[in-house]
Amino acid sequence: MNAVLQTHHHYAAEFERNVAELPGAGADWLAELRRGAIDRFAAHGFPGPRDENWKYTRTAPIERRNFTCRSAAGEPLGVDQIQDVLLPNAYQLVFVNGVYRAELSNVSDMPAGVTLSSLAAVLQASPATLEGLLNRHVDQDRHPFAALNTAFVGEGAFIALAANTMLERPIQLLFVTTAAQDGHAAHPRVVVSAGDNSEATLVETHVGLGEAVSFTNLLTEVTLGRNAGLEYYRLQEESVKAFHISAVHVSQEADSRFVSTAISLGAVLSRHDIDVRLAVRGAQCSLNGLYMAAGRQHVDTHTRIDHMAPHCSSSEFYKGVLDGHGRGVFNGKVMVHPHAIKTDARQQNQNLLLSLDAEADTKPELEIYNDDVKCAHGATVGQLDADAVFYLRSRGLDETASRGLLTYAFAAEIINAIKLDAVREHLRAVVLARLPEGEHIKELV
Amino acid sequence: MSKQSIDALVKREYTAGFVTDIESDSLPPGLNEDVVRAISAKKQEPEFLLNWRLEAFRHWLTMSEPRWAHVHYPPVDFQAISYYSAPKAKTDGPKSLDEVDPELLKTYEKLGIPLHERARLAGVAVDAVFDSVSVATTFKDKLAEKGVIFCSFSEAVREHPELIEQYLGTVVPTGDNFYAALNSAVFSDGSFVYVPKGVRCPMELSTYFRINAANTGQFERTLIIADEGSYVSYLEGCTAPQRDENQLHAAVVELVTLKDAQIKYSTVQNWYPGDEQGRGGIYNFVTKRGHCRGANSKISWTQVETGSAITWKYPSCVLEGDNSVGEFYSVALANNYQQADTGTKMIHIGKNTRSTIISKGISAGHGQNAYRGLVKILKSAAGARNYTQCDSLLLGEQCGAHTFPYIETKNPTAQVEHEATTSKISDDQLFYCRQRGLSAEDAVSMIVNGFCKEVIKELPMEFAVEAQNLLGVSLEGSVG
Amino acid sequence: MSDMLSIKNLHANVDGKPILKGINLEIKAGEVHAIMGPNGSGKSTLANVLAGREGYDVTDGTVTFQGKNLLEMEPEERARAGVFLAFQYPVEIPGVSNVYLLKAAVNAARKHRGLPELDAMDFLTLVREKMQLVKMDEQFLYRAVNEGFSGGEKKRNEILQMALLEPALGVLDETDSGLDIDALKIVSDGVNALRGKDRAFVLVTHYQRLLNYVVPDYVHVLANGQIVKSGDRGLALELEKKGYGWIEGATARA
Repeated sequence: MNAVLQTHHHYAAEFERNVAELPGAGADWLAELRRGAIDRFAAHGFPGPRDENWKYTRTAPIERRNFTCRSAAGEPLGVDQIQDVLLPNAYQLVFVNGVYRAELSNVSDMPAGVTLSSLAAVLQASPATLEGLLNRHVDQDRHPFAALNTAFVGEGAFIALAANTMLERPIQLLFVTTAAQDGHAAHPRVVVSAGDNSEATLVETHVGLGEAVSFTNLLTEVTLGRNAGLEYYRLQEESVKAFHISAVHVSQEADSRFVSTAISLGAVLSRHDIDVRLAVRGAQCSLNGLYMAAGRQHVDTHTRIDHMAPHCSSSEFYKGVLDGHGRGVFNGKVMVHPHAIKTDARQQNQNLLLSLDAEADTKPELEIYNDDVKCAHGATVGQLDADAVFYLRSRGLDETASRGLLTYAFAAEIINAIKLDAVREHLRAVVLARLPEGEHIKELV
Repeated sequence: MSKQSIDALVKREYTAGFVTDIESDSLPPGLNEDVVRAISAKKQEPEFLLNWRLEAFRHWLTMSEPRWAHVHYPPVDFQAISYYSAPKAKTDGPKSLDEVDPELLKTYEKLGIPLHERARLAGVAVDAVFDSVSVATTFKDKLAEKGVIFCSFSEAVREHPELIEQYLGTVVPTGDNFYAALNSAVFSDGSFVYVPKGVRCPMELSTYFRINAANTGQFERTLIIADEGSYVSYLEGCTAPQRDENQLHAAVVELVTLKDAQIKYSTVQNWYPGDEQGRGGIYNFVTKRGHCRGANSKISWTQVETGSAITWKYPSCVLEGDNSVGEFYSVALANNYQQADTGTKMIHIGKNTRSTIISKGISAGHGQNAYRGLVKILKSAAGARNYTQCDSLLLGEQCGAHTFPYIETKNPTAQVEHEATTSKISDDQLFYCRQRGLSAEDAVSMIVNGFCKEVIKELPMEFAVEAQNLLGVSLEGSVG
Repeated sequence: MSDMLSIKNLHANVDGKPILKGINLEIKAGEVHAIMGPNGSGKSTLANVLAGREGYDVTDGTVTFQGKNLLEMEPEERARAGVFLAFQYPVEIPGVSNVYLLKAAVNAARKHRGLPELDAMDFLTLVREKMQLVKMDEQFLYRAVNEGFSGGEKKRNEILQMALLEPALGVLDETDSGLDIDALKIVSDGVNALRGKDRAFVLVTHYQRLLNYVVPDYVHVLANGQIVKSGDRGLALELEKKGYGWIEGATARA
């Protein structure tokens, strides 16, 4: 009890220490928003095991580390160090330890109708732009980490697309954590506002350089106008000592499309929440993902889709590969509200356990409040098919390579569906590199 | 068109809603240690049992009512309930059916329960529990020939205290959950079954529970032990009068199977569900759990849940013995303002343990139906298998169907599969049937029946018929 | 011989849009009438109106079946009175076995006629005999209604149901579309076997091909919600040669 109180004091104290220097501190509405958020966080505290949303994931390891809420800024970093993870032919905002770095970013040749800038810069220069956009659909009571993020909101990205803007090149937000971030927390915020009939591709990449025990607490907010489309990729490849909590909250107008692919490979403890509100008739979303855990990694994915209007559809397909003492958690909730008739919702979660000590916990939930719906979900947990392993061995592959190949094939169903070539190829390489005999398998796939 | 027929299906009268006019011996409402002592004293219980009850009661005082289930109701006032009500006996207790109050016999007659010896043809032994006590058990002698003990729980406490002491609370501990703790403190009667080694119980055993008195709670306790290599099939039925107040039913059922033993436990639950506006009805908060202790043993739960205002129960299996098998087959109908939060837990501990879960939820009117299930594969459960299928059928725009399956797997050699669907009866299906000359009502019944048949076929024949009638469907499969 | 079915000035809307715009048709017992026409001419609408499907609103005209007002009857009353619709898209009913639906349907019809219901044994004998007609394997009896059936199997199942129910009037809604030649022959043989002096058929079809096997007494061409031309089988052959454009062109000029 005492320890818990102390932690709340810790973040409350961190808040008091930093609040005056956060960007846009002069704007009253923002000051109120931040203070309200820290009060809420202090009141609820870190989520505990009795909180149904955190049943399988303990946040105590984050809590007891009392991370400093000011990032290790000014870390020298050259473009050559991040070359591997920079997408070709993309607009880029690069953040190092949560802080925007203009010299590493690329926003030239931005077409008309597109705003892509550091959130801190916007909050500093014209905070009013974001009034009403920040925390538009974020339920801070349900998401304690969203409250914590809101308390420290400052760094991050702001993306706005005017109506009818079709952005052909992807936007990449690259978040790099370095060894200097050890003991520090960052709370980046991404705000995406897509106007009617606009179309864009967004890639959020998180990488770790060096093994920092760091805490990233990211919150992305997406608002899609009528018939707008966003293709969203999220690649989490933090170092294995990092703690990574992230959430994306999406609100969709009529006929809009949100297609998400979330890949979680890094961090010792990671949690990703996706909350989608299909608010108006004809909105569609498709959530796909792959999570892999080995060693002592713990990876948790929580999705929630609210069908709030008629004729909306959602599909979900998540796969998990758990090895070593790794533990994978999947919770997919589909909520069909009373007037959301003609809803079509499908969900599938498949898990592969590769070792004796790995664990998978899955919970595909459906809550349906009207009768004119078509919903289905499925979940499986199992191991590699022994017959398939034997078949490959009988064709001359050794056992390790056979298992590696089948594991890759399992994961590839998600990877192969990725439309962006550079992302797909990058993931192929990263996943293969994680598998034993990856070099060998590469020739076979 | 479809609307009319669905409404017709949905508007069925509750036929077991009458009250029996009988004098009863009740404790005044309220709950404290003295009440617990009074219940124990009325039943002349041995000291170990009183102490067990008191321990449960003290534990209960420290617990709070669970709120996680997908059900909504005003808080229960535990001080407003009478914890003991028994029909006043003219003698010390009926020695045979001839001594049972004719009013009681009439009650069971009206409900279609074969208490009288002339019902021998029905081939079912019955223990009838009226409010807090067992009023009659049939066929005891015939069962005794085989060594099968089938009697009221109170009688078992008197006649077989060693079995009670050995097994009571070993599957559902006193502090397991709020309602189980309450039951452990105040339970009044129930059924007890012991099937000795190697015996296949020669007939179906059945308990019929009836709540009659107003403002009473029913807290019965059932304990069934199947010794090595034995088999028993046990049926349970429930009804209650129509009243505007809600009444609490918080039972505990414990099943134990030793090596190579099997228990098949079937329930047709038809407690008063409340009226069309959601007034009255039973709160059915029940803890049922089976423990497959021995290798190759099997526990199978089948339930058809059509009654109660609120149902909150998860008949579960702890699969400890290697190769043991757990099954759960369920149909839950939530109509008008009924709420059902039901499902099962399958805890796989032993090697090569298998479990099957087939759950069918039907929601109509403003009914809310939730499936909540846990499949847990522990590290020791190499080769464990689970298959889960849970389907929901929706009839009406105001109803709801919810699915909350938890799957926890800690062993890589386990295979766990879960499938779920939700659908409604389509207008095209109804028109097709009508074009073949069937009325819309028959068409709906036929489709509902088809939806449930995987579960209904698991019930013993007599119960299958009753279940079908309760679901308002005609018997399918009479051809071929 | 009196009319079995008499359609006079029939107008019907679907979703508020007029589809049938004054159909007149007289059908006597023993006759086979083919109704042909291009897509969207109202052929299937006519079939569905006769069977009483919801969403097909009759706005004018009358339909008399064996002297009774058909339009006032519920779908199941029409079925029991002897109107059978073989569906263009037979619906799947998971969980309900084919044999059960068949038995329920046969007994509903028998009850309507004042006949005793058939017991399981008698019914099975009857159904086995009728299955020969459409060369169906007995396993289809025990599968869920139309679930997992191929297109041809579904259509054969429709003919089997017709054979069992012995309707006075069989309305076949594009029963031939989507069938290969072998399946088409089986279905046609089934229909031919059911022809008789007390029974009439309406064959709704887009293609002339079916009429090679089930030879109609009359052919009517439906275009834009009206019967624009009637004739004998020769008309169907002419249509095949010249296409529907010929008829539509002719009506446009008229």
